[in-house]
Amino acid sequence: MDYSEKVMDHFANPRNCRKMEDANGVGTVGNPTCGDLMTIYIKVEDDVIQDISFQTFGCGAAIATSSMITEIAVGKTIDEALKISRNDVAEELDGLPPIKMHCSNLAADGLQAAIENYKENNQ
Amino acid sequence: MYLDNSATTQVSEEVFEEMKPYFREEFGNPSTLYGIGRESKKALNQARQRVADAINAKPEEIIFTGGGSESDNLAIKGIAFKLAKKGKHIITTDFEHPAVKETLYFLESLDFKVTYLPVYENGVIKIDDLKEAITDETILITVMHGNNEIGTVQPIEEIGKIAREKGIKFHTDAVQTFGKIPVDVEKLNVDLLSLSSHKINGPKGVGALYIKKGTRVTPLIHGGGQERGIRAGTENVPGIVGFGKACELAANQLDEHYEKLSSIRDELIDKVLGTIPEAYLNGDKEKRLPNLVNFRFKAIEGESLILLLDAKGYQASTGSACSSNKLEASPVLTALGLDPVDVHGSLRISLSPESEKFDVDEFVDILSEAVSRLRQMSPLWNDDLDYDGVMCKKHGDDCRMC
Ligand SMILES: Cc1ncc(COP(=O)(O)O)c(C=O)c1O
Ligand code: FES
Repeated sequence: MDYSEKVMDHFANPRNCRKMEDANGVGTVGNPTCGDLMTIYIKVEDDVIQDISFQTFGCGAAIATSSMITEIAVGKTIDEALKISRNDVAEELDGLPPIKMHCSNLAADGLQAAIENYKENNQ
Repeated sequence: MYLDNSATTQVSEEVFEEMKPYFREEFGNPSTLYGIGRESKKALNQARQRVADAINAKPEEIIFTGGGSESDNLAIKGIAFKLAKKGKHIITTDFEHPAVKETLYFLESLDFKVTYLPVYENGVIKIDDLKEAITDETILITVMHGNNEIGTVQPIEEIGKIAREKGIKFHTDAVQTFGKIPVDVEKLNVDLLSLSSHKINGPKGVGALYIKKGTRVTPLIHGGGQERGIRAGTENVPGIVGFGKACELAANQLDEHYEKLSSIRDELIDKVLGTIPEAYLNGDKEKRLPNLVNFRFKAIEGESLILLLDAKGYQASTGSACSSNKLEASPVLTALGLDPVDVHGSLRISLSPESEKFDVDEFVDILSEAVSRLRQMSPLWNDDLDYDGVMCKKHGDDCRMC
């Protein structure tokens, strides 16, 4: 696979890869049958994402995008975080191989799912 | 350390030396009559003799081709076109190499009927299934000798006996077995057999099809009558010379290599299965090539495993969908009945005679660390998530592409 240096760095040294016991929002997206399954954990206080972590089953790009989104989203308000798109994540990683743009670039969806879960929990 | 010798091998020193003169000094066209053409012709004859000797055939039964894929195409289409008037039924297995499978799909589009025999969980066909599949219309059986992804070996001799009794032509793809286990066309009872040079430390883009005396095929490449009119085109002399040398070397060292490789293989299997939890061997433990093993590890994905191993200097391959350019799980592993999630965690390791320096203990340590590292990251390993509810949101449960 033709991965950028940034992708390889996030794959080899993933940031915030852990289960979060005291998360108040959790989102899981993907489909293990086709290769990716990603869980994003967030801890939100005063509408701001104070802590974020992930666990991912998937290829190099799936792990790198998960890692990257934790860096992008931390410190953002949930409204700002909801605006993070798949493209934003890919761009921050200096691009993904075209075939992986679709399949492994699930992190933005995962974060949205976690925020939805947080909102449900706090209604 | 290169552990992907089923994909291709390095041209050996001796083979390379043998080829060299045929690029510049001896560049003649073997079909010409003057000295330099005669030298090429002589080299071609010697190579043909070497290939023939290596598989217990006669030189006139060897047709040089542009590689294993072409040999498979020539064998299958060549027989199908030749015998179409007699019948249009072909029998094969569920997990052939694409060079066979795609050729058969093509023939299906021309109204040939193909029966795909199941290979079961151990990756070996059952003779009774074959017997049942044979009809009066059957003109060809094509069953690969050794599988390129999992290394299981089919009962070719027995299949050949049945084919002969019934008067059906029998082809086997021996690309992965040749040079690893004995390939004797007489013992195997085959009419056609495919070989490829680059899997046995020869150059790429050259191979051969053995065609038993008396078996006739329709040519695919028409032209100047080379290779007895079966495969036209000025011969790839340096490539063929290299292939001939590689065959000679492989045949001479077969026993020695077998001993060496199978002992490394067995040590590797024992240590991997003994050290790593939830690790499994794909395909039958006994009926297999000495140089190829395929494992699967629960809850991890193969491409990331390959990347981690590569970072430690080991090059291997996986059947994971994520690493295929169609994002499709390996059809071979799927044919074994494996769950796609498990296919993701597959790892193929294939050795060559040069792998003697392969340190199994060191490799298993690195592999074990890589597997547990990915498992620590994997929600499939750490959680008891209910995955039924977590399917692709965009395209539904059947989505294979996003
Ligand atoms: C079993 C089998 N058949 C055929 C081929 C095709 O051979 P080639 O690459 O020489 O066309 C290969 C190798 O890729 C193979 O493993
Ligand atoms: S998430 Fe649907 S195919 Fe990967």
